[in-house]
This record gives sequence, C-alpha cells and structure tokens, in this order.
Amino acid sequence: MTYIPISPNERDAMLEKVGVKTLDDLFDAVPKKHRFPELSLPPALTEMEAAAHLADMASSNESVREHLISFLGAGAYNHYTPAVVDHILRRGEFYTAYTPYQPEISQGTLQAIFEYQSLMTHLTGMEVSNASHYDGATAAAEAVNLAYAQFRGKRKKIVVSPSLHPQYREVIRTYTQGLGVEITGDGEAADLEAGPEALTSQVDSNTMLVIVQYPDFFGRIYDYTKLIEDAHGKGALVCIVANPTAMVMLKTPASMGADVVVGEAQPFGIPLWFGGPYLGFFTTKKSYVHKMAGRLIGETTDNRGQRSYVLTLTAREQHIKRERATSNICSNQGLLALASAVYMSTLGKTGLQQVANLCYQKAHYAAAELSKIDGFGLCFNDTFFHEFVLCCPRPASEVNEYLLEHGILGGYDLGADYPSLANHLLVAVTEMNSKEEIDTLVEVLKEME
Amino acid sequence: MSTIVEPTIFELSSPGRTGVTMPASDVPTVDLPPKDLLRSELPLPELAEVDVVRHYTRLSKFNYSVDDGFYPLGSCTMKYNPKINEDTCRLPGYLFTHPLQPIETVQGNLVLMFELQEWLKEISGFAGVTLQPAAGAHGEFTGVLMMAAYHKQRGDTKRTKMLIPDAAHGTNPASAGMLGMSVVTIPSDERGNVDLKALEAACDDTVVGMMVTNPNTLGMFDEHIEQVVKLVKDCGGLMYGDGANLNALLGIVRPGDLGFDVMHFNLHKTFSVPHGGGGPGSGPVGVSERLVDFLPSPLGGIVEEGDEDIEPLYGFVTPKHSIGRMKAFHGHFGGGLVRAYTYIAMHGPDGLKDIAQYAVLNANYLQAKLRGTYTIPFDRICMHEFVAEGRFEGSDVRALDIAKRLMDYKFHPPTNYFPLIVHEALMIEPTETENKDTLDKFADALIKIAEEAKSQPDLLHNAPHTTPFGRMDEVKAARELVLCCWLPEGYDSEK
Repeated sequence: MTYIPISPNERDAMLEKVGVKTLDDLFDAVPKKHRFPELSLPPALTEMEAAAHLADMASSNESVREHLISFLGAGAYNHYTPAVVDHILRRGEFYTAYTPYQPEISQGTLQAIFEYQSLMTHLTGMEVSNASHYDGATAAAEAVNLAYAQFRGKRKKIVVSPSLHPQYREVIRTYTQGLGVEITGDGEAADLEAGPEALTSQVDSNTMLVIVQYPDFFGRIYDYTKLIEDAHGKGALVCIVANPTAMVMLKTPASMGADVVVGEAQPFGIPLWFGGPYLGFFTTKKSYVHKMAGRLIGETTDNRGQRSYVLTLTAREQHIKRERATSNICSNQGLLALASAVYMSTLGKTGLQQVANLCYQKAHYAAAELSKIDGFGLCFNDTFFHEFVLCCPRPASEVNEYLLEHGILGGYDLGADYPSLANHLLVAVTEMNSKEEIDTLVEVLKEME
Repeated sequence: MSTIVEPTIFELSSPGRTGVTMPASDVPTVDLPPKDLLRSELPLPELAEVDVVRHYTRLSKFNYSVDDGFYPLGSCTMKYNPKINEDTCRLPGYLFTHPLQPIETVQGNLVLMFELQEWLKEISGFAGVTLQPAAGAHGEFTGVLMMAAYHKQRGDTKRTKMLIPDAAHGTNPASAGMLGMSVVTIPSDERGNVDLKALEAACDDTVVGMMVTNPNTLGMFDEHIEQVVKLVKDCGGLMYGDGANLNALLGIVRPGDLGFDVMHFNLHKTFSVPHGGGGPGSGPVGVSERLVDFLPSPLGGIVEEGDEDIEPLYGFVTPKHSIGRMKAFHGHFGGGLVRAYTYIAMHGPDGLKDIAQYAVLNANYLQAKLRGTYTIPFDRICMHEFVAEGRFEGSDVRALDIAKRLMDYKFHPPTNYFPLIVHEALMIEPTETENKDTLDKFADALIKIAEEAKSQPDLLHNAPHTTPFGRMDEVKAARELVLCCWLPEGYDSEK
C-alpha cells in the first residue's frame, strides 16, 4: 500500500457505495482463467532498502566524475551544469505537471517552453522552433518527415552525409522503412576526406532532403553555404544537424541557408545519464511550420488582457488528424527543454561563450600534444571544434583497452562504423577536462607498447 | 497592448550582467577559426543567477501540478510521483555514465536494464521487452514497425490494413499512418465493447493487425476480448495493445496471456515517472514469442553467462530480424528506467495488484457519486477511469465550461472532448493515489457545478475566475503565430 492513502474502513465504505463486496469483485469482466495471475517478482522493498539497493547498483558503475577521465563524446558530452538547473527542475510545479492542455493553470510550463523556443531560434538563427523531440537522432528523422510532407511524397530520395552520426543514420533508416525512400550518400565507398561539395553530385530532381552535420561527426567545421545553394538549385531542402555548444561560437546554420536545423541539446544542462533522456531540438523556417511535427507554443492574450501562451497549430497533431497527422508524436521533452532554457539563461551569453571557448582551446591543446607522440597523428587537416580524429599505431579498440587500464576513457572507436578507420579514435574535449587530464592522456599514450 | 504578468527571460536581460562564470583556460591559447566561420553576434540573455531563479520560481507558481492537488486527467494516469525516485535517478553512478562506455564499466546500469526488462515481461506476460522507445507514441511506432516487419519477413506482402476501434487514442491511427497503412475504424457496441460483427466483417487476409486499448478509453474492459483476439488471429493478423491504461491491469490480467502480440508501456503513467510538463516519457515495448526476433537493436542482454562464482556479463545483443534503432543510445535510462525500476522494486507482486485494485475502486466510487447528476453513457463497473457527458438537458453549458469552472474549485479538470464517440466527454481517471476526502470534494464540486449550470450559466461560460490567468484567445495565437520572443532593443537579428 506504499502510496495508497485509503484506510480499510474507507475502502469498505467506498465498496459499499459502488455496490460490490470486495475489491476482487470489480474485475468480473476479466476472463476468469487469466484473472489475478501470480507474478513472480521480488518482494517489495521499503524506501530505505530501495535507496540502498539502487545506490549499490549505481556504485558498481565507473562514472566520468568519480572514477574515469573521459575523452568520450560522439553525440553525448560531459559538460558542467550550474546548480541552478537541477534546483529548478526539482520544483514539483514543473516536473509533476502534465502537458499544458489547460493554459489557465499551465502558464509556467507554457512560458518556459515559449522561451526555450525563442532561445533555440536565436541560437540557430532560424525562424521557428518547436517544443522539442525525443533526441537529436529522432529530430533528424522528423526532418525527413517534414521534407516528405513538403513534397507530398513525390520526391523519394534523401542524400545523407557519411559524416552524419552513424546512429542518426540508422534511426533515419528505421523511421523511413515504410515510406519507400531511397537513402544515398553514406555508402561504404563514400570518401570521408571529400568536403561537403562531394554530396552535390548526388542531389537531383528526385531529392527531397540533404542532411549534413555541423560540426560533423568527426568534429570538422564546414561552411555549407555552397552545398545548400546547389541543393536549392535542384529544389531540395537541406537539414543541418548542429551541436549547440559549437553554435555559440560558429556561424549560424541559418546564415548558410539551411531549411531545417536540428540537433541534440544534451550538452545544455542535461546529464549523460547513460544515454537519456536527452533533448532533440528542431528549428526551421516559418514557411514550413505547418509541416513540422511536434508541439508548438504561441503567444496570445487571455480574457483579462494579460499576455499569455497556448499550444497552437494543434490541428497538425495526431489527436485531431489521426492517420493523416505528419507524425504520431504526442509528448515532447518538456522538462529537459526547461533544463536547457535554465542552462542558457544561467550561463547567459558570457558564460556560454566561455564554455565554447574552453572546449575549443582545450581540444586544440589535446590535439597538438597527442599528434606529437610517435605513431599518432590527426587524421584530417580541417578546422575542428571540440572533437577530432586521432590516428593511432594500433587498432583503436586496443588503445582504448590500454587506456582503460589507466582509468581513461579514450574516445570513440571509429572502426565499428567506418572499416577504413579501424585505427582511429574520435576524441572529445570539453571544459571538464583539465590540462592535467590531457597531459595524463598524452603521457600514458607515450608509454603504450 | 496586453498586460505583462511575468516578463520573458529576454525582457529581463540587461547587457553586461553575468550569471555563472567558467574558470579561466589552463592551456596555451590558440587562434579561433577563421572569421568567416564565426558568428557575428549571440542574441542570448544576460542575467544574474538570482534573476534566473526568481523568474523560473515565479513561472512555476502559474502551474497546477500533481504536487498541488487532484489531477484526474483521463488516460493520463496522473498519479503521485514518489520523491525517492527523484533521488535514485540522480545517483552519480547513473548521472555521469556515458552511453558509449565499455560495458565492463557500466554493469550497474546494464543489470538494472536487464532486470527491468525481465520484470516488465513478467508483469505483462510477454516474451521480450525493449526499453529503447522514448515515449508511448514512440513505442507504438516501434510496435507497428515490428508488425509490418513480421508479415514482410514471411513474404505476406498484401497486408496493409490496420483495424482500430473508434474509441482509440489518436496516436494509434497516426502510428499506422507513419507506415502508410490504411486504417479501418471499428465501432463500439452499446456496452462499450468492440462491435464483434463489424470486426468480423473487416477481418480478411489484408489485415496487418488490430490496435486495441483495453481497458478502452471509455474505461471499459472489453467483455469479449478473447473473441476479438481470436477473430484477428484467425485472419492472420497481430494484436497490438495500447498500454496507456495498464494501470488497471497490474496483477489483474496479463495482456500476453490474453493473446496480445505487442504492447507499449507508459512508464510515465503506470510506473510513476513524472510527466514533466509534457515529457520526457518512456515507452518500452513488450512482444510475444513471434515478434522477439524483430525487437529494436541494441537490446539489453547477457553477453557472457556467469556461474556459481562469476556474475554474468551484461551487455547488448542484436535480434535476428531487428527493425533497427529507434533513437540514439539506449532509451530514457536515467529519467525513465531508474525511476520505474525503483517504483516496481518498492511494490512487489502484491503492491502492484493493490495499485490496480485501488485505481479501479477510486474510479468506480467517483462514478457512483456522480451517477444521477451526470449522464454516464456506458454505465457499468468501470476500470481505472470512466466517461461522463458534460452537458445538461436544456442548458448551453458545455464540457469545456465545466472543465474551466473546476479550476475555481482548485481541481485540475478531467480530459475533455475525448473519446470522440461521447458527446461533450469528460473522461475522469482518479488513480489510486487519492484519498476518499479528495474524491468526495471533487464529486461535490461537480455536483455544485451542475447546479450552477442551471442557476447561473454565465459563471461557467466565463470561468475560471480565481486562477492567475483567464481563458485564452486560441484563434489569435494561431492567426498571429508569434512563436518566439521578439529580440530586445540593441540586438540585431543576424539575418
């Protein structure tokens, strides 16, 4: 009866009002032979026991704060989150509320998400942001749905950069398996050193969408202006999957002409949490707003003349349009959108610029020092942000095993996704990595046999 | 001009103010990228920490939440969110583990995932469970993809039709629509069950399957569920169960035992994960033996068997005919799985059955109290929720007015205008975490409102009166489409 606030006397009075004798009598409609199964589950723990059990399991992990020095990124980044963020998230008024369908008593959520939308549009330079998606990968897949809807299914091809996160490419393939979409650009033969213009030749009059990443999966910064111009020349849309920390420093995807800008906002105040929940952001041009999935919050006025906010354009959504909806999406990542809004507000313009600069500086220091080691070197010469590809003298998996023995998470082993990069590590450096940690990594690698 | 109750974070910004600052760099400085790769300005707010805290604290007070009071939203299962879950999910071992760490360094996470999979299988009677889907609708999409993959793998290519009852959640047809399937709507009969004749007529060899919510959105357990399952299976279709209403079934009946092939769980409804103002949810999916090979990858599993002395090594496996990956990484681990694990661990088999029994008792008690004042179109023993009509003979008061007036009595309104098959629907789900006093007061308020509807209808038409905000102009929001704060003075948009 852990959380059930009903006494036996009250229960009996209630049963009498209902007109049945026992609780079990409420279930006569359930087929008798399957009614009341014996569930083979561990017996209930008290709160004290559960707290200890969960703590025990958690402590058998090696975390990047307590045990390991981490240079692992590849789509999830170890950043500092100001204390304010979690204190706001722990307000029951925010986390125990539902979707703001009743705006009169949900203005807290509504205004916070409206501000999140505003922060995201200003960060990306785009015109509109929705209230968020499950994560960066599903946001990218929703960009495909937007393009598919925009061309009413008449264009069937998407061109995907081989340097888009491999898991994002997998998710796009999963999402589109019922649509008869052709996906090109990221085959095994793709040249990983060719710049973005290499994709141009694959864009044709059947192409609905081109998807690139910024900085790309290997950390490289490209200006996609020319690619976008050429794609637009063929009538195709372009989606940029962008890193929010990098966008604080770099030219906005909007200024390159992107039609859709999506990405993973986990770096903005959301813990690593073994992969989720994270926060997919989705921004686009106003002209595509009716084709965009997800919730949207708009400004209005209440009947007392007060500025206020409501869910708007809900006619696009599943509960009205049912099978004709652009997506079945129902929830957003509300609380985490709030987390990122608080993160952006607390660090503010200055703090965010400091974070971006620290990431950039430390990554470049690490890259310079690592490439001085015999047998190691940078794989690409392009400008990078806070992640780079390190060429190693041995398979990356072996390098990682060796580093782990020294308490270091070395980086992402690229061999699994890119056979030609079996000896390559994707190394991420953030403001959390001290010079001492970077120097330790370098020293340990110098001593590798 | 409208009055501003709380300025936006941009309006509160003042150039030069700083919040949390970062340490100075401890590495030699290198040049930034060339100027043509840099942005020229960053139009983000500048505030002190206290400004931010007060802003969001004030905003929070405009919200009504489960921690504030009764929140009887039908089909949303707004139960109390235990505080211990908030602590367990923030243990450093969970917060600060990277999803791509070597499995040897995250055995605690992987054991939790494995055990949760096993528990959900046991609770639902399924043979396999994926924890990857991010929300209920995402789980539905996962389920429908598996149903399509199952038929395709058997070379059964002419199946394009999904059967969906008229009482279904809108996500069901939308999920089928995402795969280009055609949706055939099956009506309900006069007792709120699936109409068997209509179903029989729709069953043929083009049926992918049927998506059923049971108990359905009327709160009714389908009295012919076994015949429904049999009809669909006899024509070669698969049975999808929408787990939105699973709270009524814990320890009562297992969907897998009834013959369902696939069902999503809403950890944020049934298993007390907070709704967070609209997310994140968490939507694991359970499947019967015939679909286990189609589960998304990666799937939590044992990669090296243990023995008496050595613990098994937990990791990830790839099902033989997997539909692929539904999202990056492994699912909503911290916010969803850890909380749900804590909740199930603290209930055990008997505690889970209590949840369902008291959820159903509370709903039936409220239904009994309101019977006579409100029309209950499908009036029999309900499960965890029931639907009343929010209208009265000879009155122009509508469900919306009743919902808004309830706010003046300090209650969150029930779901309204859903399900679509009931006129002016008020869909009421009290959950098991409410006491008798609350239910009595809520029933009293609804009975009082029914009187007000006759005596002073305008009181309802203009409600709410005591909330910080009144009714919104939704037409204006959609027409003007202001989706973003205007930039404060001094900023130029880069475009």
